[in-house]
Amino acid sequence: MLLLILKRIGLGLITLFIVSLITFVGVEVLPGDACTTYLEREAYGAALDACIKRLGLDVPAYERYLDWASNVVRGDFGYSLSGEMPINEVLGPRVKNSLVLASVSILIGIPLAIVLGIITALWRDKLPDIMISTITIFSMTIPEFISATLLILIVAIWLGWLPGIVIIPSDATFYELLSNIILPVVAISMIMTAHMARMVRSSVIQVMASDYVQMAILKGVPYWKMVFRHVLPNALLPAINVVALTIAWLLGGVVVTEVVFNYPGLGRLVIESISNRDLPVVQALAIILASIYVGINLIADLMTLMLNPRLKSLQIRK
Amino acid sequence: MNDIIESVKNLSIGFNSQKGKQISILRNVSTNIKKGETVGIVGESGSGKSTLALAMMGYIKQGLFPLKGECLFKSEDLLKMSSRQLEKIRGRKIAMIPQNAGQALTPNLKIGYQIDEALKLHTDLNKTERDKKISELLNKVRLPSPETMAFRYPHELSGGQQQRVAVAMALAGKPDLLLLDEPTTGLDVTTQAHVLELLRFIAKDTGTSMIYVSHDLGAIAQVSDRIVVMYAGEIVLEGPARKILKEPIHPYTYGLLKSIPKLSLAGLPASMPGSQPQPGSINEGCSFYDRCNLATDNCKKNSPDLEHIKELDTNVRCFNYKELINQNNNLQTSITKKSNNSEANEVLKLKDVSISYAKQKFFDQLLNKISDQNPTVKDINIDIKKGETIALVGESGSGKSTILKSIAGLLKTKDGQIKFENDRILSSDLKMRNPNDLRAIQLIFQNPDESLNPNHTVEQILSQPLKLYFNLSGEELKKNIIDLLKKVRLGEFYMSRYPRQLSGGEKQRVAVARAFAAKPDIILCDEVTSALDVSVQAAVLNLLQQLKEDLGTTYVFVSHDLAVVRAISDRVAVLYQGRLCEIGPSQNVYKFPSHPYTEVLLGAVLEPDPDIKPKLVAEDIVEEKPPEKGCSFQGRCPRKIGDICNSEVPPWQIGENGNAIRCHINIEELASLQQ
Repeated sequence: MLLLILKRIGLGLITLFIVSLITFVGVEVLPGDACTTYLEREAYGAALDACIKRLGLDVPAYERYLDWASNVVRGDFGYSLSGEMPINEVLGPRVKNSLVLASVSILIGIPLAIVLGIITALWRDKLPDIMISTITIFSMTIPEFISATLLILIVAIWLGWLPGIVIIPSDATFYELLSNIILPVVAISMIMTAHMARMVRSSVIQVMASDYVQMAILKGVPYWKMVFRHVLPNALLPAINVVALTIAWLLGGVVVTEVVFNYPGLGRLVIESISNRDLPVVQALAIILASIYVGINLIADLMTLMLNPRLKSLQIRK
Repeated sequence: MNDIIESVKNLSIGFNSQKGKQISILRNVSTNIKKGETVGIVGESGSGKSTLALAMMGYIKQGLFPLKGECLFKSEDLLKMSSRQLEKIRGRKIAMIPQNAGQALTPNLKIGYQIDEALKLHTDLNKTERDKKISELLNKVRLPSPETMAFRYPHELSGGQQQRVAVAMALAGKPDLLLLDEPTTGLDVTTQAHVLELLRFIAKDTGTSMIYVSHDLGAIAQVSDRIVVMYAGEIVLEGPARKILKEPIHPYTYGLLKSIPKLSLAGLPASMPGSQPQPGSINEGCSFYDRCNLATDNCKKNSPDLEHIKELDTNVRCFNYKELINQNNNLQTSITKKSNNSEANEVLKLKDVSISYAKQKFFDQLLNKISDQNPTVKDINIDIKKGETIALVGESGSGKSTILKSIAGLLKTKDGQIKFENDRILSSDLKMRNPNDLRAIQLIFQNPDESLNPNHTVEQILSQPLKLYFNLSGEELKKNIIDLLKKVRLGEFYMSRYPRQLSGGEKQRVAVARAFAAKPDIILCDEVTSALDVSVQAAVLNLLQQLKEDLGTTYVFVSHDLAVVRAISDRVAVLYQGRLCEIGPSQNVYKFPSHPYTEVLLGAVLEPDPDIKPKLVAEDIVEEKPPEKGCSFQGRCPRKIGDICNSEVPPWQIGENGNAIRCHINIEELASLQQ
């Protein structure tokens, strides 16, 4: 078991290494470099030379990569170009904001999705299923920029209940954030919950049709006991990986929603740094987002291994 | 009347078709189950036997509903009960033992918990008493070390053990009636015989009534007091087991019994024409009319009622049953088949073949070799003559399909050579074989549902090999396809059909036709009849034999069913854990002396005759890996003589009958032991 965990972690690290290489090479291959972007029209002669010297661009690429990589391992991403401040200071509050948005959405969205999925499966083709399924399919198909805009129009402009866009500094406290994030959370949850509820529904339906559920009924197990002991543990197991992907997607910044609501999270930082050609920040973001995906999927895999007795004993036997 | 536990009265169950028509799956079924009696319900797939059994627990599958009639359990109608009331009866009064225990046990719950659940629901024992009871139950079903067994998950047990757990779970509530839905189907022959033995013991020990549902007349014959034969949703024959099996007076039962291959008979079983009608397709007349050789005009127009014949204590649904009384001595006949001439040349030779499923280690991958000291299949030497049918027999895990796959080139061999025609070595890599060799060796799979592309018509399926190997097109292609269909006795109109529009037997015929389309020299048959009903199986076996006699094809026939092998093969090779135990002409392998494993296998075969009981000589333990040294059968051998079996690979001995046996015991001694 331990060996397996180590193996998975090792694979994750290799993935991250490849991602870092690709982003570094990608940035390197692009025409122009940090200095030409930064100096724009003044990028010639002595000013350019000075800049190149200052940013250390005159050393060979592999040396710069090694230098950069060893700093990253120590948690130092270097300096942002546009703000000329340490990237860590730029990232810190953004990461926190994204975390708040993601965790609130997760806390609301995932339990809701599971409950809705189970209800629709147990009352399959009956009124509750038809109603909930219609709504979920509806909210799944509307793109988030439309649903977000509609939310702003109705709740913020017509009704005036909540602020339409988030106008808080990126280093706002948790409580300041909370009242501001209701609309973004609703917009995100709509899509996320719908997707997951559909997943849970089909998984529960599949398990309900299995031989062991029929056996439990014929054994005289009361309905709800059967649902909780025999159906749900088996039906929710495959959902773990979908939940993990959703969490990774949320933490990685829900770009469109953040832009529509002007929310200072990681997603908007991605857009901003790309349009500012702030290459060090882009590199840093690529690494961070990749680590989030790798980390969350690793946790999901391990959880599936722990919860599924079949896989667990398989590993132990090996 | 008091001794009747459950009675089914005029029960019809059906569904609404897409056109809004009511279609019945069960039609007007009535029967009684007496206290302490074991009733066998037998029928082929689609006869409604499982639907009937489940209805007897008040359970109707989704999509079906009762049309009329009732299921009275102690004079209360189960079909009218609320689910609350049913929960009190299921598991406590009527318990179920499912077909595939591996899938019927909840995967995330430990065995102990699942038995405990039944105890909690249906008894008032406290925690310590229940724990004791669980051990007792596990002991009763003869599972090893009951204390630790309770903490295992279902997947950690073998198929036979899972089935035993299901039995223990059903016994937990001390039911009055046990319902068994194909409880031994899917188990190995030896395991099956052991589980049946256990069930018989339990029936005697507890006095529980049992309803045993199966398609297998062999299993039914071993346990039943009374037999109910179902056909197309109706009871066609019902009576005491011995009467039904020895003097069947319904033409369907008669044909069914004749189509079962028997160990005592060489040659092929007689087949019944046609297949069971689809539900809803019979409007008038007898449902067996199309396939019956006693049918008259009366049978076409009027459907017979179930008639009680007092002197035979039997109910029968046939106008002409009298013709079958006193006719039954020819149940024990078979069609003799032409044997091949033994002078023929060898067409395929397996020389020292070993096959390993071990994952290649990194360095081995670089060197392109497999280092596995204990491969799944080892040292197989078989020479196959042109035009013969050689059968590979063994239980699951014996490596028989593995060998077949590597002959076909689907699996690489670890060591050894496969030689084809004039000792030319065939590459073990499919991509390295030349197209003509690929054409010459064809494969027919077990399950035609999975081996035929559901989106292709029969014409497309059959045209592929013809285009690929012979470049045919246009009129010529069509002519060839029609010829092929004719060969497998299917009409021209089948060309435009899709696999889903065919019955199981028809699908397998198409699969046979596809193999023959390549004009192969050798056809590899992988359990080709095990997914088919008995009456269809007989027809496919006869077809294969006919084609072979006409075209001189060589068959390598893999099967776990010793009776089927007896019927079709000229020579038999018995395998255990990927090692050959015995090989020889089939009439001799089925005689003594034989390898101890062959003896065990033959003893476990269930014949459709209540007077022939299986002989259980070895435990039904499942071994996961072949032993590293010595004889492959050392772990289970009833005739083990000592350390030599564990340390040395036994030598080949050739008996006077021409069968070769790999055993440390002297062959003459073996013969006298087995007399």
